[in-house]
Amino acid sequence: MKRLLALGAVVLTTATLAWAGSGDLAKAGGAPKPVITKAVKGDQCVEPNDFMRRNHMKLLKHQRDETVIDGVRTKKYALKECINCHASEKTGSVAASKDDFCVSCHSYAAVKIDCFDCHSTKPQGSVAMHPLNADTAHYKHRLAAQATSRVSAEEMAGIAQ
Amino acid sequence: MSEMKPMSDNTPGSPERRRFIGVATAAAGLALAPGVMLIEVAHGRPEDQAASAAVRWGMLVDATKCVADCNECVSACSTENGWTPVAESKHPRQAPQWIRKLELQDPLTQLETNLPMMCQHCGEPPCVDVCPTGASFKRADGIVLVNRHTCIGCRYCMMACPYKARSLVHEPLNDTQKPDVPRGIGCVEACTFCVQKVDRGDGNTACAEACTKAGHNAILFGDMNDPESEISKRLRELPTKQVRADLNLNTGIRHHGI
Repeated sequence: MKRLLALGAVVLTTATLAWAGSGDLAKAGGAPKPVITKAVKGDQCVEPNDFMRRNHMKLLKHQRDETVIDGVRTKKYALKECINCHASEKTGSVAASKDDFCVSCHSYAAVKIDCFDCHSTKPQGSVAMHPLNADTAHYKHRLAAQATSRVSAEEMAGIAQ
Repeated sequence: MSEMKPMSDNTPGSPERRRFIGVATAAAGLALAPGVMLIEVAHGRPEDQAASAAVRWGMLVDATKCVADCNECVSACSTENGWTPVAESKHPRQAPQWIRKLELQDPLTQLETNLPMMCQHCGEPPCVDVCPTGASFKRADGIVLVNRHTCIGCRYCMMACPYKARSLVHEPLNDTQKPDVPRGIGCVEACTFCVQKVDRGDGNTACAEACTKAGHNAILFGDMNDPESEISKRLRELPTKQVRADLNLNTGIRHHGI
């Protein structure tokens, strides 16, 4: 079912992009582009960005079974760690507002995420005061400089393929 | 699949952190109760290691020490795991209950018994037998859990459980969950022996900690497979019973004084 949904999403995205690319709508702006906010913590994700954009769902799905069934609690591919780094500074969440990290792309790609029916969208404690952020607080001025970047339609199409 | 294998070695600082916690706990333990704490430190397994069948987590509930009108274990569970206390729920009759207090009275002698009731973490769990999707399962270390990724909310397990230990979440929780304890609408849930704490190496549950803190010491949590653990020692000394022992479920919770 999930695979079907993902396939559907890919088809939909491609269709949307093709549509958005054609004439009038592109002038009108088309669908709002996803806003990718730089993670509050750290410089680099656990894998290269390209790999994560295509494969984060596989990593999470693999990890979730190991964690729930076997009790393996490694942090590298844990959803909790995604949230710890990517929770927005404004809302303190990865899925509370439409510009938050997870929702932003997922609504653009029209892929519904069920993760947050059960999982908290917020890290433990507040984003600013989180102890895990304490040692990277000095990155903040750098983050402020390159706060948000918009993903181009071409890039998004690349991901969809 | 090899690239997806979690590699905890690459997680910065994590082994150091583990060691530090181990040392810190041991130091604290020496000050408070050496025997108990050192055993618990021995149970903190590395985060990349799966739960092992060499351990069987269990609990000893001493009903002779459990006090009427005390609700410490229940509120500690609710705080740790993020479920709304029944009294505060909008729909108390369908509100989730991971643990509840029971007051029993012998009709002949009028003897009153108090005890907490929750998932008994059976060795042969009926909830696992009946689950159509395999979501209800027993972890290697004896903790009976619901895999919410595969739970379809059919509630067969709730029917099968002789202890009425499981609840269904009827309402959307709207992001009120604890980061450590995912739970959500349409899934069955129950006591997890505070699996998040166990995996962290705390070696204790929220209810047991609260009971000790309140000075009652009616709940003792530990590894029943380790002959040197506090719980094994107590189980050797005290006569204990399983609730509904006639069902041969080999429960992980043993009761004294019922």
